[in-house]
Amino acid sequence: MKQKKYLPYVLILPTFIFVTVFTVWPTFLSLYKSFFKQRLNIARFREPVFYGIKNYTQLFQNPEFINVLKNTLIYVLGTVPLTVLAAFIFAQMLNNKFKGIGYFRLAFFHPSIIPMVSAATIWMFFLTPDYGLFNSALTFLGYSGPQNWTANPNLALFAVMIIAFWKNAGYYMIFYLAGLQNLPTNIYEAARLDGAGYLRTTFAITLPLLKRSTLFISTIAFISAFQTIDHIFVLTKGGPSGRSTVLLYYLWQTRFENLNIGKASTITVILIVTLLAFTLSNIMLSEKKEPNNE
Amino acid sequence: MSRKNIKHIFLFLIILIVALLWITPVIWSFVASLRPLSEPMGRGDVWFGHRLSLGSYIKAFSLAPFGRYYLNTLILVTMVLSVQLVTVTLAAFAFAHYKFKGQRLIFTYILLQMMIPTTALLVPNFSTIRILGIYDTILAIGIPYFGSAFGVFLLRQAFLSIPRALVDAGVMDGCSWWQLVRHIYVPSAIPTFTAFAISSISWHWNEFLWPLIITKSDTARPLTAGLVRFTQLGEIGAQWSLLSAATMLVIFPLLIAFLLFQRKFIQGFLHSGLK
Repeated sequence: MKQKKYLPYVLILPTFIFVTVFTVWPTFLSLYKSFFKQRLNIARFREPVFYGIKNYTQLFQNPEFINVLKNTLIYVLGTVPLTVLAAFIFAQMLNNKFKGIGYFRLAFFHPSIIPMVSAATIWMFFLTPDYGLFNSALTFLGYSGPQNWTANPNLALFAVMIIAFWKNAGYYMIFYLAGLQNLPTNIYEAARLDGAGYLRTTFAITLPLLKRSTLFISTIAFISAFQTIDHIFVLTKGGPSGRSTVLLYYLWQTRFENLNIGKASTITVILIVTLLAFTLSNIMLSEKKEPNNE
Repeated sequence: MSRKNIKHIFLFLIILIVALLWITPVIWSFVASLRPLSEPMGRGDVWFGHRLSLGSYIKAFSLAPFGRYYLNTLILVTMVLSVQLVTVTLAAFAFAHYKFKGQRLIFTYILLQMMIPTTALLVPNFSTIRILGIYDTILAIGIPYFGSAFGVFLLRQAFLSIPRALVDAGVMDGCSWWQLVRHIYVPSAIPTFTAFAISSISWHWNEFLWPLIITKSDTARPLTAGLVRFTQLGEIGAQWSLLSAATMLVIFPLLIAFLLFQRKFIQGFLHSGLK
């Protein structure tokens, strides 16, 4: 071991290089470029010009960007907690032993296997006004509101949220199922003998014991909510009039439709800071709460 | 006793209804994909047409080079996974087997990749790919993922849980580092490798935005990016069976693989959850 002191470094080198080139360097590059004005479609701004922090101040004064932040907040806070809750309920339901349980797990889990972009094309068809099954079913149940889900300014964001909910609930469910199957059965036996009902058992025993799972699931749900826009891309293109534009979609638009490099770099920095803030606070939370594990 | 039974039946019915709701979108799309092109889905249609037809599949194949897309996706996932297996194994072995200066610092540095998702870095990575001169290639889609912090983290855990006595025996026998990796570390961590492989394959099979941005021609586009072509056909009823067929072509391979290896898949997904 001691004759080759450099060996571990050599072994790590490939990973180190890829992480540097595609994670660390681009992060700093974005930060650097966010202080410059550079627009590829305007001749005199083709070359970067130092711009101070004006990219930031302009963004936060731009009603369009404020609207994007609002949509992002609605999207994330609207999907993450509900999806995690549904995942927990599904897991509770499937944590029983009965015949055909595998089929039910499959029913809830299959959307996790398919790409988000095909989930979007499936729902594009499903949500068709007039004869789409979604609308037919709603009409059957007495719904008489607007049917053009992806083109209605008040429904577009909601429509893409439904798809994310449908796609992810079964994925998070398996983490809860794994958690539930590791719980000690004797506690439940004791609770039952004490006459504790189902709800009481759930709130007093199951949820506290699954705290780690919940924290973990929330973290991946949160990160995935920020970095998945495939369905928005296919179904609404951020519209109508920006009503379903979220942060990452706005980033894509700014860079590849408006060719605004300076602004796109600024949005990248804002996105990274948001993700880091959340991930780090979550890590600290999980480290603090559990002094007695591995 | 009978009250308990009623409760069970009631619970079962609820699960059944929710499960049926959950599978409806995919099933309906599958149904539509088998309608003959001459009988487009319209008002009042919810089920198969008068006969089953593969017409939409054949037309989808003629409208887009699906064969090429399949090949590209296969090349992509194989390439990414093969490179990852090498980089990840070497790094994880170094972190688990040796003690060296700056170990913690370098490990944290690599973990940055888990905290800053590559998707968020698509703008700067796009210019890097341009500089490297590999725009519009399959390599460009895969290269940002060649190093995997997640994989290193996962495998290091697995390597650390190998009994020390086993490793020491290997060292006593005069194994070189490579023999240790090959005969002791790797064989003891096969389940972890499988889990990592499954999560890597399904992640890259499903990825959409980055491949779409970094390619422009069909020679490099994977299935997901190719599918977009069908979404711009407009909302004329006649095209639904076509869009559905194209969608089915994209999702079938993974769904079938999943049905065959359900347990392994779920294990793989669970591992991608670390714990």
